[in-house]
Amino acid sequence: MNLSPAVVVDDLCRRYGPRVALDHVSFSVARGEMFALLGPNGGGKTTLFKILTTLLPATSGEVRIFDHELRSHAHAIRARLGVVFQSPSLDRKLTVVENLRHHGHLYGLRGQVLRERIAAMLDRMGLRERAQDLVETLSGGLQRRVELAKGLLHKPDLLLLDEPSTGLDPGARRDFNWYLSHLREQEGVTIILTTHIMEEAERCDRVGILHQGRLVALGTPDALKAQVGGDVIAIQGPRLETLRDQLSKRFACNPVLIDGTLRIERPNGHEFIREIVATFPDEIQSVTFGKPTLEDVFIHQTGHQFWRAEHER
Amino acid sequence: MHQVLLPVSTLWGREIVRFLRQRSRLVGAFAQPLVFWVLLGSGFSASFRPPGSPEGSGYLEYLYPGIITLVILFTAIFATIAVVEDRKSGFLQGVLVAPVPRGSIVLGQALGSSTLAVLQGALFLLLAPFVGIPLSINTAVLVIGVLALVSFALSNLGLVIAWRMDSVQGFHAIMNLILMPIWFLSGAFFPATGLPIWLVWVMHLNPLSYGVAALRRSLYLHNPLAVAHLPPLAPALLVTLAFALSTFLLAVVTAHRNEE
Repeated sequence: MNLSPAVVVDDLCRRYGPRVALDHVSFSVARGEMFALLGPNGGGKTTLFKILTTLLPATSGEVRIFDHELRSHAHAIRARLGVVFQSPSLDRKLTVVENLRHHGHLYGLRGQVLRERIAAMLDRMGLRERAQDLVETLSGGLQRRVELAKGLLHKPDLLLLDEPSTGLDPGARRDFNWYLSHLREQEGVTIILTTHIMEEAERCDRVGILHQGRLVALGTPDALKAQVGGDVIAIQGPRLETLRDQLSKRFACNPVLIDGTLRIERPNGHEFIREIVATFPDEIQSVTFGKPTLEDVFIHQTGHQFWRAEHER
Repeated sequence: MHQVLLPVSTLWGREIVRFLRQRSRLVGAFAQPLVFWVLLGSGFSASFRPPGSPEGSGYLEYLYPGIITLVILFTAIFATIAVVEDRKSGFLQGVLVAPVPRGSIVLGQALGSSTLAVLQGALFLLLAPFVGIPLSINTAVLVIGVLALVSFALSNLGLVIAWRMDSVQGFHAIMNLILMPIWFLSGAFFPATGLPIWLVWVMHLNPLSYGVAALRRSLYLHNPLAVAHLPPLAPALLVTLAFALSTFLLAVVTAHRNEE
């Protein structure tokens, strides 16, 4: 068994004119791993995704997929990639089956083998009854499933998914996630997905957080969350700036004011809350307290609110 | 071998299925030139008899091969607009990440477009007896061969433009600037006789002029004297073949550039 990583990204940069979309990004993804690229839109996810799909050349740096250098062996790599784009890549004037058949042909499949794969994919994705329908008559969720069926039809070794659960209703999302886990466990497919949804990233083996083109965090969801100092306390109140200064003086902590919320990372948060509420009863309207999430990791690393970063781009 | 041909044939077939499902394209590419022909041909016939045209023939007859060329041009244009739409809709992305050489993609697109153009051109051929051109087997075979070459060349020319464009509007602007003048100045609309010398030169340098000449030569096999002022068939065919091959290469190069 070959244990070299499925994907190695080394010091990757991509510029669009003066704008830096990817800034010296390095990471690797093991075979059979499920890896999430998490970040707000505009953080560089889509650029990185396009480079991995062979559609976009890097400005500098190197990408190796299954031990092949990406640019010089694009053709060999493409045959082993399954790509599911965020934007639809279906021909709306063709039926579901016709779309899958054309896709199979592009990957060199035909005849009996192709027919069996298509039938199997239609069953798996629950599309059998709609197989002869024009894609344009399907709902958004169903089109998304055809999209996935297409990406998986040729049994890729590396599956690249751009915001895969966009447009799926909760039920379909559950099925889809189950299916991804199944693919990885049963067939050893390596999966890289981009997402801005925390829960989706939580389910992956490892997460890379992209912000303004830089990889600001990389690790398992648990390890990342452990980087945040203990619990996360969020305070709302009338005079937060004053409160911040007083808190940092008195409790030797480092509160951060983001978007009208005072955020403090602290071990044993529940005890801390009792203390501060007793000390500043008039300054605190509400307090929330929780174990750190990936969103807290993002804030911890960047000092930005995740959603705010999307708007600021 | 099927690794190379399968993608070509699947993209080729797709163009044809799509065309059949969009009736408006059929109307656009066929009825429009027909109306053009009848109105222009009849309108000009009173005032204008092309120099060098056969005795007793009118402008309607002169314009006939030109209109067949226009049918082909329109079909090629519609088919290449479809490529711009493929890019906008995202379909092309899916093709570009597949293990298919860019040349195969271009070839599939060009063959799809050419097939539609030849079929529509051939449909127009059925009107030949109405303008006094007798249809023999030889004529029909030769004409269809010429149409295939011209269609392939014009489709590729359209693809060169389409692969650079990301909006249909942009394509229309370039089309009016490049493709229509190529047709106007090909001898399809008026002959190169008695024109200002610079215009004569432009028409001589226009590769489509030789396609139109080959088409006229093929249609007048029964009466070569009527087209005696045009280049002979063999050289006209050769230039058209070269036109088709070079536009294809240009389209493949453009498709490769598209990645950068």
